[in-house]
Amino acid sequence: MKNEEIILSEREKILGRIREALKVSAPLPGSHSEVAAHATTESPASHAREWLPSVGASGAEQFDLFAKNCADLKADFQLLNNREELPAALQKIAAAEKWSRIASHDGELSNFASVSLGLPVLLTDKGYDVQEMEKCDAGISECDALIAQTGGVVVTNRSAGGRALSVLPPHHIVLARREQLVADLPAAFALLQQKYADNYPSMISFITGPSRTGDIERILVLGAHGPKKLTILCF
Amino acid sequence: MSFVSQFKSLASEKTRDLRHRSVIRTALRSYEVVRDKRKAAFQSWESARQAAAETKWEAINHLDEHLVALTAKLEARGTKVHWASNGAQAREIISQILRDKKARSIIKSKAMTSEEIHLNHALEKEGYTVVESDLGEFIVQLRHEAPYHIVFPSMHLTRGEIKDLFQKELGDAPSDSPEDLTMVARRVMRQKYLTADVGFTGGNFAIAETGMISITENEGNARLTAALPKTMITLMGIEKVLPRFADLALFLPMLATAGAGQPMTCYNTMYSGPRQPGECDGPEEWHVVLLDNRRTELLANAEQRDSLHCIRCGACLNVCPIFRNVGGHTYGTTYSGPVGAVITPHLRGLQDWKHLSNASTLCGGCTEACPVKIDLHHHLLQNRRNASTSEPAFFEKLAYQTFAIVANEPAFWSLAKKIGWLTQPLQSLVKGTALDPAKAWTKTRELPPQPLESFKDWWKNRK
Amino acid sequence: MTVTLFIPCFIDALFPRAGISMVEILERLGHKVVCPNEIACCGQPPFNSGYWDEARTIAAPALEKLKDAETVVIGSGSCGAMIKKFYPELFKNTPQAELAKQVASRTWEFSDFLVSKLGVTDLGAKFPHKVTFHDGCHGLRELGIKTAPRALLGKVGGLEFVEMKEESCCGFGGTFAAKFPMISTAMGEVKCAAATETGADFIVSNDSSCLMHIQGLLSRQGSKLKTIHLAEVLNQK
Repeated sequence: MKNEEIILSEREKILGRIREALKVSAPLPGSHSEVAAHATTESPASHAREWLPSVGASGAEQFDLFAKNCADLKADFQLLNNREELPAALQKIAAAEKWSRIASHDGELSNFASVSLGLPVLLTDKGYDVQEMEKCDAGISECDALIAQTGGVVVTNRSAGGRALSVLPPHHIVLARREQLVADLPAAFALLQQKYADNYPSMISFITGPSRTGDIERILVLGAHGPKKLTILCF
Repeated sequence: MSFVSQFKSLASEKTRDLRHRSVIRTALRSYEVVRDKRKAAFQSWESARQAAAETKWEAINHLDEHLVALTAKLEARGTKVHWASNGAQAREIISQILRDKKARSIIKSKAMTSEEIHLNHALEKEGYTVVESDLGEFIVQLRHEAPYHIVFPSMHLTRGEIKDLFQKELGDAPSDSPEDLTMVARRVMRQKYLTADVGFTGGNFAIAETGMISITENEGNARLTAALPKTMITLMGIEKVLPRFADLALFLPMLATAGAGQPMTCYNTMYSGPRQPGECDGPEEWHVVLLDNRRTELLANAEQRDSLHCIRCGACLNVCPIFRNVGGHTYGTTYSGPVGAVITPHLRGLQDWKHLSNASTLCGGCTEACPVKIDLHHHLLQNRRNASTSEPAFFEKLAYQTFAIVANEPAFWSLAKKIGWLTQPLQSLVKGTALDPAKAWTKTRELPPQPLESFKDWWKNRK
Repeated sequence: MTVTLFIPCFIDALFPRAGISMVEILERLGHKVVCPNEIACCGQPPFNSGYWDEARTIAAPALEKLKDAETVVIGSGSCGAMIKKFYPELFKNTPQAELAKQVASRTWEFSDFLVSKLGVTDLGAKFPHKVTFHDGCHGLRELGIKTAPRALLGKVGGLEFVEMKEESCCGFGGTFAAKFPMISTAMGEVKCAAATETGADFIVSNDSSCLMHIQGLLSRQGSKLKTIHLAEVLNQK
């Protein structure tokens, strides 16, 4: 109880200092005049779309941009003709990398994909042993969106089998439908807001390429801690 | 040794170190190339900067409201929010959590705030095992060194030095290739992740609207830190707030572009709570520690309040010719470079740290590079003004008072020039010796010869 | 028009040729030049060191002398920035606040005045050498002057222009050069190396203070590379 009192009072002390400090207003950025503090309802960032890198108007242009961005990021993007091509695409990777077991999660697409491989599957949905996941050759997950502007993938722990599946195994396979491609970052945030409203998954992650580091002489190395490879299979 | 003599002594050493100069220049020139390319990809980088500056202005100038909203949202989903006025309180809060959880080992992802409160040192003293998981941080931790740069902690080291370090400390360094060395760190770290009791992170942005903390990283180490251990602790400064979720659509690419010349950092992850009912993994408990540590004093300074807009991208360090020549460690501060020179005098005492504001040519490269338009180099001028006003240096003030008298009286000014001209032969006799009043200049540079006829003489004579 | 030429203290004492060239160029263009003898300095040295009272002691009488000037031209980007950008700041909340703003708006850096105000780029100068240009940071970033000096050099007969690969501060920084000589020297060395790499015969700038620093290092190094003020180049026949 005593501890709680201290914590509460520290909060009030800090907020008190903030309120005291803010009695004097600060000049607005880019102006040297004193401007009274005001609360705006519209975010200055709400026009971000007009300033961020351009994405092209048509869906085809946006798919081309997504593919180009993936290539720059060293992510493997495969645009398939239909869902039925998924198993073959996966089997090709599995054979090349000699997968013996995979991790995935319960989902319409992910079930279809992982079952088609005929390998032992660790499903994360009802809890799992991380040491077991560590032994998996790949993590196969669904996603919330692909972003043309950045070549990125949006996953949440709700859509993509938890927090670790997309980052612990050495190869992350993302399964996506064409209609999941959004043009840009503002569209991705709008989609998340619309989809989850006031019940956000506790983790939302924008994944842009496979894990990387440049900490040694600024030379790019993939697979620093997360996956060395990121493959996006989209139909 | 005082902070200023320490700075000067380290600066003398580093500025003579041509190997250091070349390593840093090479690294930062390659950064400049990619950064310029990414900036050019924006339809309007300048408009984006202005919007980012206005958004941070709004966040900081309504900080109380945003923090209250953030806290309410976080707590509603079971996150425990703690408030710390200073480093000691933050360390005690964190220690208490570790004691409660009977934790032994902590895996950390990069957090400059933890450097600010010297957390590792305190926890190690209490017997905890603390492992930095970011590769650069891991390397400097093995060297018992502070991060060299807020974004690139080990940029001062060559692959050869890192190979030797790994060989000595880990007994494992197959070659000096960055790929091999990175894989050594990956192997070492994997088991630490799987067994650590507590995961510790910093935070890049705190979203008031939705009660989220956004973490930006390239390696995936923060993702793992926030996924595997049973308890998660996040320490962040109170200034990290952004009003709205959608603001990230602007800030994430800007942080990546300004900080590392990337279109987006590899992982940008927003956390809004510990593991929720129905979720399959993640920490059972999440503690968020909000740190003041004299940020409210900076907030009270309306003139320099915008320095709290800083998103710690490191862009101002990267372009700063002072940073490039003296290096990150010379500053002796958690936050180095221009932003460090601006805020450290506020966070740790103006008189002790004013030399950082003096050690600048006011070239303005930092202000131009800042993605949130902090008026950095003008704040250095204001720090100088505040320092000289509150505690003027006797001889310096006297010198300027004398200079003012001479400059304001044409006869004195003319006389001063004549004296300067007449004493030139004397000056060349003592040049570079202890008797030379201009020694600081003449040690490495020639003085310009002074002509007998000044401009004003010429002007008068031609009439 | 009548141009009030503000000659900075170090041009007056150390680099009179630069000032003389400015007078001769402006007069050749048909303008009346006046140089108030009572103004020696803009007050930047104490200002940059934080001694704003002493800076005002110097700047206040200078402001009064410039009160009725139609146009003020100043032969240094750095001192130009002091008047245009920092006088309004220095005199904020003083009786001279309004005057400081007015004078600031009527003040021009020399190259900017020629190009942006007079619309002149070709002065009929000849300078048959390979040159590179150093942007003084104050002129470049406080005043945004980048294209004007290059436009002027572009019209100089026989001149071959080459840019340095790396744009950086020369490390002068006023009293900084004496307070932190090791950093200042290191920055200057980087600058000199970038200039030498171009193979130019001359480093030109619109700021004599930067040139004084660069020349000081070059002379000590025994380099053949020379420095020269833009106005002197533009005044060569």
